[in-house]
Amino acid sequence: MTQSIVVQVGQCGNQIGFRFWDLALREHSSLNKTGLYDDAVSSFFRNVDTRYSDPADIPVGHGLGKIKDLKARAVLIDMEEGVVNEIMKGPLRGVFDYKQLITDVSGAGNNWAIGHKMYGAKYKEEISETIRRAAELCDCLQCFFVIHSMGGGTGSGLGSFVLNLLHEEYPDIYRFVMAVYPSHEDDVITSPYNSVLAMRQLTDNADCVLPVENQALVDIVNKINQANPKLAERKSSRGHVKAGSAISTGDGGIVKGKDEKPFDSMNNIAANVLLNMTSSARFEGSLNVDLNEITMNLVPFPKMHYLVTSQTPLYSVSDVHIPPRRLDQMFSDAFSKDHQLIKADPKHSLYLACALMVRGKVEVSDIRRNIERLQSSLKFIHWNRDGWKTGLCNVAPVGQPYSLLTIANNTCVHHTFSGLRDRFVKLYKRKAHIHHYTHVDNMEIEDFSESLESLTSVIKEYETLEKQINNPAPSLPRLQVI
Amino acid sequence: MSVVTLQMGQCGNQVGGQFFNMIARDTFDQSLAKCNVPRQTNQQFIDDVCERFFSQEEGSLKARAVMVDMEPKVIAMTTTEAKRSGLFQYNNKQQFCQKCGSGNNWAHGFLVHGSKCSQQVMDLIQKEAEKCDRLEGFFTLMSLAGGTGSGLGAYITQCVRDEFPHSFIMNQVTWPFYTGEVIVQNYNAVLTLSHLYQSSDAILIVENDQEQKICSQLLNIKKISFSDINEVIGHKLASFLQPAKSNNLTSNHLGEMLEHLVPHPEYKLLTMKTIPFMSENNIQYSAYQWPGLVKHLTQMLIANASMEEGIDWGVKLSSTGLAYNKSMANSLFLRGLDVNTVDVSSFKDGRLYPSWLPSEACLASWTNQRTFNKYEKSASLVSNSQTPLISLNHVIDKAWSMFTSRAYVHQYIKHGLAEEDFLDSFACLEQVIKNYKDL
Repeated sequence: MTQSIVVQVGQCGNQIGFRFWDLALREHSSLNKTGLYDDAVSSFFRNVDTRYSDPADIPVGHGLGKIKDLKARAVLIDMEEGVVNEIMKGPLRGVFDYKQLITDVSGAGNNWAIGHKMYGAKYKEEISETIRRAAELCDCLQCFFVIHSMGGGTGSGLGSFVLNLLHEEYPDIYRFVMAVYPSHEDDVITSPYNSVLAMRQLTDNADCVLPVENQALVDIVNKINQANPKLAERKSSRGHVKAGSAISTGDGGIVKGKDEKPFDSMNNIAANVLLNMTSSARFEGSLNVDLNEITMNLVPFPKMHYLVTSQTPLYSVSDVHIPPRRLDQMFSDAFSKDHQLIKADPKHSLYLACALMVRGKVEVSDIRRNIERLQSSLKFIHWNRDGWKTGLCNVAPVGQPYSLLTIANNTCVHHTFSGLRDRFVKLYKRKAHIHHYTHVDNMEIEDFSESLESLTSVIKEYETLEKQINNPAPSLPRLQVI
Repeated sequence: MSVVTLQMGQCGNQVGGQFFNMIARDTFDQSLAKCNVPRQTNQQFIDDVCERFFSQEEGSLKARAVMVDMEPKVIAMTTTEAKRSGLFQYNNKQQFCQKCGSGNNWAHGFLVHGSKCSQQVMDLIQKEAEKCDRLEGFFTLMSLAGGTGSGLGAYITQCVRDEFPHSFIMNQVTWPFYTGEVIVQNYNAVLTLSHLYQSSDAILIVENDQEQKICSQLLNIKKISFSDINEVIGHKLASFLQPAKSNNLTSNHLGEMLEHLVPHPEYKLLTMKTIPFMSENNIQYSAYQWPGLVKHLTQMLIANASMEEGIDWGVKLSSTGLAYNKSMANSLFLRGLDVNTVDVSSFKDGRLYPSWLPSEACLASWTNQRTFNKYEKSASLVSNSQTPLISLNHVIDKAWSMFTSRAYVHQYIKHGLAEEDFLDSFACLEQVIKNYKDL
């Protein structure tokens, strides 16, 4: 069984990460009734003996040892202390080890250059050490999950610095990045600069990027609340929605109602995506999909590794008398633009590849039936007409009998990136706010133009493929035997 | 004469589990009354099966199998299921697994895992082979779509060929569903088949699509799971690998069967057709007769049908009209009541075979009076024919179109494969297709 390490950088990264750990504990506690420390739990948590002041790590061994105390395999980085301190004061403080935290006082001021160049240089040793310590405690480390936002200073700057570091020091370990992109009406004025400068690092150093947009998450949360208005107030759900089943809820987690924060429901959605993506690697199933298989199947060309995700069902219905025709509905919903985690419409763009990660009581015949049904309404590129990757995990998520996570490599992402580039160019033409960046040591004006070039080339690659949507390129004839 | 089974990757291990389960159930779990043979013959049969597939160790019956996978979950599940059945077990020491999988990457399975693990896997195989009194050969179970089964499976087959040059090697490959289980399945399939063609003696093709059709149309299973499909595959495999005798009383050892089925090294692709298939409830109410079964099976061969429903009866054995399926060799396995009375002359028709082969020699038939798996009469046909051509053509088409756009190629090059290797594999398989087409 392989382990993964989560590196959360910046305010956004740490808040999503915090929800992720709460939900992961919830999932494992509902499944692991015997309290034994087995391989599944060890993929994200360490079992430690806290009687020693330097908690000793207890390995899985034959999987029959009891859980003494769990510590998350995480590294928390933030250049201002507010968020991390709140985590360490809150109910999840026992899950994190103070040695896994790297904090500073003053923050990065929404400035990518300060995050990347200044704090990067300052904390390089410490970050490297902390990650090495976490990696050494893993039996077989398979991938790093880096969570950060693109619009701010620490998340985008220091986050992309950490990504560089991971690429240099651990070239064989996969790097998955969950990046929160700024929406059109973002409150940070320099967010286009920060995003584009960070994108270049993501294009060069990440294996897979899962872009997430706040606006999309807000819309999903609204949709869930519409289904049951009482759900938002956490009263008894005599409505349609089964309590604790919505993907935006933290019910059953350690953080209780009164401690919930406003962004929590949105962050829960993003955290659920990470949980569902790794479920097949942690639990048993008849068609296992490991994380390296996701990169292998969904990334046809090295730079085109931006994957659109969508999660269904959003909640499950509590009335047991409604017959389960939900399964096919779940598959159809997954491809509607309301369920995507970025504001994009994949149905009108070209699919390069698509992965369906199914959890729960679903059989392979159901999946095949739905693939055949949906195949006609989706446009796949001509050399990958059957570009589906399926994964089947027997263990259902908490609160729902089955769920589906679709991860697709779709050319619709270039619309999002084009919007980003336009906002960047608008500011850059006037050289507005540039002096804040160039003030920082080692930051050159060329960094801006090079990042713009990198973003443009990614957009162009996607656009060229999308042009083939109606006229596929003529294929070379097959080898002839004389 | 014993056969050592190598289960490679998730698919190989899952199919292997069902295969041994089927053999164990058919051999040990049948009441003598239903078997149609006297007690002594039955005991002889049981002894034969035990010698072929199992070894008696530490008081329990252990399968002669080596289980290999790059991640531990599947091997654990298969072993537990075997123990639960109570009929046989897997030897815990004959298992090899690593922590990280191959990521559906053939190059990763073949080059990276191959060189790292081959020594240990060959040690396990050597140990299993030494337990046999007389080793007949190796039966490898693997899939074509994934990374471990296909890549590591191809590498280990090569190693086994080098270590045991006189043993027979048959590879059972599972062809994935047409519409994706894995996106790069076509690349993996092309690379695997071309390598297996050099080192294996026979490649037995089983297609997921067809087995699923059998489950849904003949067995009436509503929600088909992979274990249902694997049970059908296990049934088909057991139906010809269980002991049987030919007219001159030679046993159907692996070598005998392969010598007949693969007369020429350029023609190694085998397919299986088995009838009847019925759901449990229907078995008691049906009475099949041999002439009917033989007629259906012949037409299935000619018209290229994979099951006894939906056969195209319009295809006839004539040079005008619809093209029919030509074969190199056929082996017929008949089990159950009155097998000695069966007329198999329809399979000896000269028009089924190319003109440069003597038609009487093209059919080998093996019979056993003992009933197989609750079916009163059952017939199985293993043929070396043009059946796999359609799927093979399809896969090469898709792989080639992906290759011309160079999609995903960087993932294979990362692990040490080169574009020439791809081109070599394509060339090899185009040659295979041409050979079969010209039959």
